[in-house]
Amino acid sequence: MSEFLTGSVLLATLASGIRLAIPYLLASLGETIGQRSGVLNLGVDGIMLLGAFAAYWAVLRWDSLTLGLLLGALVGLGLGLVTAVVNVTLRAEQGISGIGLYLVGLGGSDLLYQKIVGTPLPIRSFKAVDFGPLSDLPFLGKLLFSHSIAVYGALALVPLVWLLLDRTHLGTRITAAGQNPAALDSLGVDVTAIRYLTVITGGVFAGLAGAVLALQLGIFQQNITSGLGFIAVALVYFGAWRPVGVLAGSLLYGLVAATVLQWKALGVIPREVSDLAAMAPAVLTVVALVVVARKVRAPAALTVPFVRGQH
Amino acid sequence: MSSARPASSSLIRPAIRAGVPIVAVLFALAIGAIVLGALDASPWEGYRAMLDGAFGSSDAWSATILKAAPLLLVASGICVAFRAKVINIGGEGQMIAGALVSTALAINLPDVPRVVLLPLLLIAGFAGGGAWGAIPGFLKARYEVSEILSTIMLNIVAVQMMNYLLRGPMIDPAERERGTSIPQTQRLTANTDLPNLIPGTRIHLGVLIAVVVAVAVWVLLWRTPAGFRIRAVGESRPAAKYAGIRVERSIMSSLALSGALAGLAGTMLVIGSESHRMVTDGSSTGFTGNAGFNGIVVALFGALHPIAAIPASVLFGALLVGANAMQRAVQVPSALIVALNGLVVLFVVSSDRLRNRLLSWVGGDR
Repeated sequence: MSEFLTGSVLLATLASGIRLAIPYLLASLGETIGQRSGVLNLGVDGIMLLGAFAAYWAVLRWDSLTLGLLLGALVGLGLGLVTAVVNVTLRAEQGISGIGLYLVGLGGSDLLYQKIVGTPLPIRSFKAVDFGPLSDLPFLGKLLFSHSIAVYGALALVPLVWLLLDRTHLGTRITAAGQNPAALDSLGVDVTAIRYLTVITGGVFAGLAGAVLALQLGIFQQNITSGLGFIAVALVYFGAWRPVGVLAGSLLYGLVAATVLQWKALGVIPREVSDLAAMAPAVLTVVALVVVARKVRAPAALTVPFVRGQH
Repeated sequence: MSSARPASSSLIRPAIRAGVPIVAVLFALAIGAIVLGALDASPWEGYRAMLDGAFGSSDAWSATILKAAPLLLVASGICVAFRAKVINIGGEGQMIAGALVSTALAINLPDVPRVVLLPLLLIAGFAGGGAWGAIPGFLKARYEVSEILSTIMLNIVAVQMMNYLLRGPMIDPAERERGTSIPQTQRLTANTDLPNLIPGTRIHLGVLIAVVVAVAVWVLLWRTPAGFRIRAVGESRPAAKYAGIRVERSIMSSLALSGALAGLAGTMLVIGSESHRMVTDGSSTGFTGNAGFNGIVVALFGALHPIAAIPASVLFGALLVGANAMQRAVQVPSALIVALNGLVVLFVVSSDRLRNRLLSWVGGDR
């Protein structure tokens, strides 16, 4: 039992926690942008699954991680557009359309995998960026300077999204679309255009999140996300619709996932109860939602379609 | 605008109500045909097998109707929740919870006679699903937690709970001895059989129960004070509160009832199945076959009206049974069915507003 408390194991857990947090972070940053404009995309998990397969396939075929990320993002763009058409133009009930998109992604990615790939072939996965002597620093070297470009890239997006949402003219409009679309409309701003922009951007982020997940693991399998995308949506709530809050939540989930993995490997969690341990993220999410529910305020027009003259 | 309205005919409104979602389903199937073509399977042959598998024989008909019964139960519950503007996405988890409670009971009471055991199991399933639905109901009423998120999370928790129980404590002892470890319970005793309703077919009592429940939900929603309160809360929470309705209580009870009916559906899937046991493939859609989600679509199809959900559930049962027949006939991976199912959800939910707009355009009473 004392094994998992040693320094090196703890350090390894922390470092892998940061790595595992990245798919959560990318997906929920994108979802934050969409929700700030008033649109809930519950289909993130479906987009991630198809993005993950696209990236896996691209790397398998061309052996290029860049192309993998690119194709994942492209798939996200396409599905983001679908989401925008369904949720913004056709004004579908957003809680249900997301389930539809999720099933399309769940079945579609599995179908493509079985038809195009068939056997579980491993692919190249991310390599750590070479920081020279920095990587050899005690503790900090492993914790901060042992990661792939995807980790640093995703972390860099946090301040960028914050700047976009809270420090630019466009960000003000996005927030207004989520708080009071009628007022924004009366100022002559096209609410629909703003929402298309945010939902498609969110789709790209979700596609990237799936791509990073597959390229971190170096494999693809049926339902590779196992609900990660749904938790990413919840993270937006208890990140209080702020990029920094979402970052904190993602790191927490990465850490929980890393701890569960570590404990399984060390036999702290026996195999028989590993299904129970797998409940941890979902249970944690429900508890966290309860804790924050009354403290944070959702965008007033979240999930409310905008129709000119009806508000 | 009113001058452009066509004369309201008694036939136009029902035609729009049923026609719009049917066209939406056809769109989804058209995309399915393209996918079939891309998979080198003949769409023509595939869809013929689908029609045949759903309606081609009396066996096909009974398979369709048996598939429809749990969908109708879930959909009736969804009508209650959605009428209160409570978006219950948790049907999947609630079905699992209900099925687990009643299956555990059936395993532990092998000798109780059927007249006692069967009602007991149905009540257990109702209670199990109700409890699983009451959790998000309570969290929404008391802490304003979004039910969309909490019900999804509770789906995930229920799936993992099921995987744990069916691989461990509730596994068929024979599986353990053989070492095959298929995650399933033992075959339940004949005392848990649902009595046959129509000799010569597999149609059982569950079908009748589902129809009775749908009618009961209609009575509840439109003929009782509790139903009036639920609908009032759905129309406008502030107005309902102003009128003295205890909004929290209506939210909680609508979600609990919705969960209870899903739990009943889950129980029926176990004791009404041919294998007569609870079994999972470990996936998120293993045991329920997405009935928790499809029940939502059935309810939307029926415009949140439980009586209209009866034909809608048969149509959906046919779609699902037919899709399986198609998959076998043209040899495509079953993943296609999941994707196709998703497309149907997307198209139906996208057509909902269009239908309402058409309805308000033709005018007349609701």
